[in-house]
Amino acid sequence: MIENRPFLAFLTHLVLILGVVIVVFPVYLAFVASTHGSGDFMRGLVPLLPGPHMIENYSFMLNEGISTAGAPPLSIMLLNSLVMAISIAVGKIIISILSAYAIVFFKFPFRLLAFWTIFITLMLPVEVRIIPTFKVVADLGMLNSYPGLIIPLIASATATFLFRQFFLTVPDELMEAARVDGAGPMKFFRDILLPLSRTNIAALFVILFIYGWVQYLWPLLVTTDSRYYTIVMGIKRLAATADAEPQWNFVMAAVILAMLPPVLVVILMQRLFVKGLVETEK
Amino acid sequence: MQAKRTVFPNKGLPYLLLVPQLAVTLIFFIWPALQAVKSSFEREDPFGFKTTFVWFENYRRLFIDPLYLSTVSKTAIFAVSVTALSMSLSLILAVAVNRVLRTNRLYTTLLVWPYAVAPVVVGILWWFMFNPTIGIAPYMLRAVGISWNHRVDGVDAMVLIIIAASWKQISYNFLFFVAGLQSVPQSLIEAAAIDGAGPFKRFWTIVFPLLAPTTFFLLIVNINYAMFDTFGIIDATTQGGPAQATNTLVYKVYTDGFIGLNIGSSSAQSVVLMIIVIALTAIQFRYVERRIQY
Amino acid sequence: MASIDITGVKKIYAGGVTAIHNLDLAIPDGELVVLVGPSGCGKSTLLRMIAGLEAISEGTIAIDGTVVNAKEPAERDIAMVFQNYALYPHMTVRGNLEYGLKNRGTPRDEIDRRVNEAARILEIAPFLDRRPRQLSGGQRQRVAMGRAIVRQPKAFLFDEPLSNLDAKLRGQMRIEIKRLQRNLATTSVYVTHDQLEAMTLADRLVVMNAGRIEQVGAPLALYERPATLFVAGFIGSPPMNLIEIDYLRDKGALTLPEGTDLVGIRPDTIQLTQPEGPHLVMHATVELYEPIGGESHLHMRLEGSGQLIVAAVPARTAVTEGAKAVLYVSMSDLHPFNKETGRRTD
Ligand SMILES: Nc1ncnc2c1ncn2[C@@H]1O[C@H](COP(=O)(O)OP(=O)(O)OP(=O)(O)O)[C@@H](O)[C@H]1O
Ligand SMILES: [Mg+2]
Repeated sequence: MIENRPFLAFLTHLVLILGVVIVVFPVYLAFVASTHGSGDFMRGLVPLLPGPHMIENYSFMLNEGISTAGAPPLSIMLLNSLVMAISIAVGKIIISILSAYAIVFFKFPFRLLAFWTIFITLMLPVEVRIIPTFKVVADLGMLNSYPGLIIPLIASATATFLFRQFFLTVPDELMEAARVDGAGPMKFFRDILLPLSRTNIAALFVILFIYGWVQYLWPLLVTTDSRYYTIVMGIKRLAATADAEPQWNFVMAAVILAMLPPVLVVILMQRLFVKGLVETEK
Repeated sequence: MQAKRTVFPNKGLPYLLLVPQLAVTLIFFIWPALQAVKSSFEREDPFGFKTTFVWFENYRRLFIDPLYLSTVSKTAIFAVSVTALSMSLSLILAVAVNRVLRTNRLYTTLLVWPYAVAPVVVGILWWFMFNPTIGIAPYMLRAVGISWNHRVDGVDAMVLIIIAASWKQISYNFLFFVAGLQSVPQSLIEAAAIDGAGPFKRFWTIVFPLLAPTTFFLLIVNINYAMFDTFGIIDATTQGGPAQATNTLVYKVYTDGFIGLNIGSSSAQSVVLMIIVIALTAIQFRYVERRIQY
Repeated sequence: MASIDITGVKKIYAGGVTAIHNLDLAIPDGELVVLVGPSGCGKSTLLRMIAGLEAISEGTIAIDGTVVNAKEPAERDIAMVFQNYALYPHMTVRGNLEYGLKNRGTPRDEIDRRVNEAARILEIAPFLDRRPRQLSGGQRQRVAMGRAIVRQPKAFLFDEPLSNLDAKLRGQMRIEIKRLQRNLATTSVYVTHDQLEAMTLADRLVVMNAGRIEQVGAPLALYERPATLFVAGFIGSPPMNLIEIDYLRDKGALTLPEGTDLVGIRPDTIQLTQPEGPHLVMHATVELYEPIGGESHLHMRLEGSGQLIVAAVPARTAVTEGAKAVLYVSMSDLHPFNKETGRRTD
């Protein structure tokens, strides 16, 4: 910084600490709630300090769940979420990198049409075509199944664009050198392009994993069988059953568990996360 | 459209590579979207036996329906408030982080993770904080003489979803503002300092104008977010209530279509939303085109 | 080892640009041919057609007697060195050298033998396990050369391989490439727009202009007897002075062929002392005296026409700026041209 003003430095830190408090406080409160017994929520104000029931609450939720609320043990839902998030991320990356490869490294009739078809998906978020998409999935018999949870969400224009953008920055000569060296298209893809895309793939994986994990509306629509519930939608069922008196300690234990995996991914892979976020949006 | 100077000569391979993505796109995106357009021009009889083609009847009814028009204005209020609130908070935080040196990564880490929290979980967190019986926020508000009950008061409910939706979006905006701030050339700021501009003046006259592209981009993204990605927040907190006070366009498509089973109207609403997304995307891409230049 | 025969080749790009017009060129086995010409004249296009990286619109290219028009680059058995080297960034130097051999199914011990041999010749053995990113520009250039050598191809194709190096390194590498090519005796096509590089490297020089060949020949032959005005102006530094014949009519007993209207005079053939034999005499004012080291350049304005000309004179010639000078040129040093046809008239 240019000048050294103690007051400004103090103000800066004050602002940041306030910001962190705003961001962290709701989660702190949820965590505190998840460590208390059911009786602690009768007194008119939520507890502000952690209680002694943490392990008990979490293990109860993980292993048994609240069957009266139609919620299976959280461990099942967590597993479903994991399967869904990873499959969506991997699926999106595979189909996007292949189509980007076709669009950048080949010329063929209808290339432009293919590009625009992919582009259009940007303009059709699932929220605006809920009913007909649901119908298609139902007609294909994919309700209450992993494919039904995953496949309709794996077309991704943003991932395709990111790869396209990156492929365009790969020097033309690299592909020419590989061809002179006797590499055909798939060999070039595997030996040169894929290794060069490593960081992009990793960054994208982080973003898409989060995307898959936080899906709510889609699992809500296509799963009625609790064996396929994901944690994010399952929580809502927990909280909604007895709106008058939800069992706050259990709901909040589920909330913390639902947040933990993607939040950990962001924190542990912050560099990749930032890269993925900032670059996919270009 | 751009491709490589030399391309592989294969004829069939590119189609093969495109098949997976195009298949998913056609089956789960294009086809349903066309279906939505089609049924927006149709009306089903109450028993679902017969559909008749009704031209723009669904649209006409929509735009004279006071409930729908109120949803439009509620959505607008919601989107503008979320955008303004979360962008201004993020900008302040980004500027602050950009000033600190050693602790900058720590603060960033502490501020970015809400991006990974599912909207419905965000809703539950704030619903808990504002719970009229045991929540901490109503308790504190009571202390200063404000009574809070988002279950009966539409304004309270709107404030609740605005706060929750803004909270989630802070991290996203923050990261983009930080990236924008880092691309402001240090030499410009130094030049301004030499010209005698103090830190606040420097910010308003040099830094903020240079952030304009980022700000504009975020404006579009945030409006998009508030309109389409907040379904979970609303479903977990107010479910559009009380008395439709927090019903947004997307939430209404869902309730009318899935719960009310009014397919014609819901489809017409979907089509209206598609037009909105197309407009937002077009604006965003015009801007991106320009940004790619350098 | 192979000859390259280019017959009636034409290149029309997708946008309709004709980059090469009906070009013929025969390169015998083992020769190093240099293509020079101004930017955009089609050098790279021609080279890339030989490599198989651009389709040939018309005509044929044969390598070693077989027409290769329809063959993939890999099947043509050529190696190419690119201006930006195009090293695979994620592979080690060794990986880069091996890649082409592996793709061809060369046995492991043969690969090792060739890689080690190339590394020895090019003095890159110490870097074999590094990535391209960890090398200097000159070292990368050597690796790019190595990647071509290990393949033992029928022909080397170079597209401005030295233009990313600084002047000194470029000089060294130039000599090294020449030596290497001599030893391996592999047919080579070398594209450059640096005429010093072109002159010193070439067995045969091909001067191109706007998609056509202007002149082909040994470098010195082209320098001494440029066939066209274009070649006259392009080869030689400082460039040849071109003076209207009318200006020269009273400057000496001109005996130039019919149709000559422009006369070329190389800067180094302008003398300050009267030579023997028939010659021209011109008067000029020295405007700028430019010492280069081994010689000096005099920028002068001709009396009467006011045209600017350049003379290259011995380093310590005693002239002062602003002084008048008397210039002599032997009749045998004149290059007569016709402006209309652009060709030499003798
Ligand atoms: N892919 C292409 N599509 C259309 N025109 C092209 C293409 N590549 C080159 N050209 C045109 O063909 C002509 C010859 O280009 P080429 O690259 O062969 O020139 P060059 O002699 O190698 O020039 P330089 O010294 O600048 O490399 C130029 O007019 C160029 O604009
Ligand atoms: Mg070139």
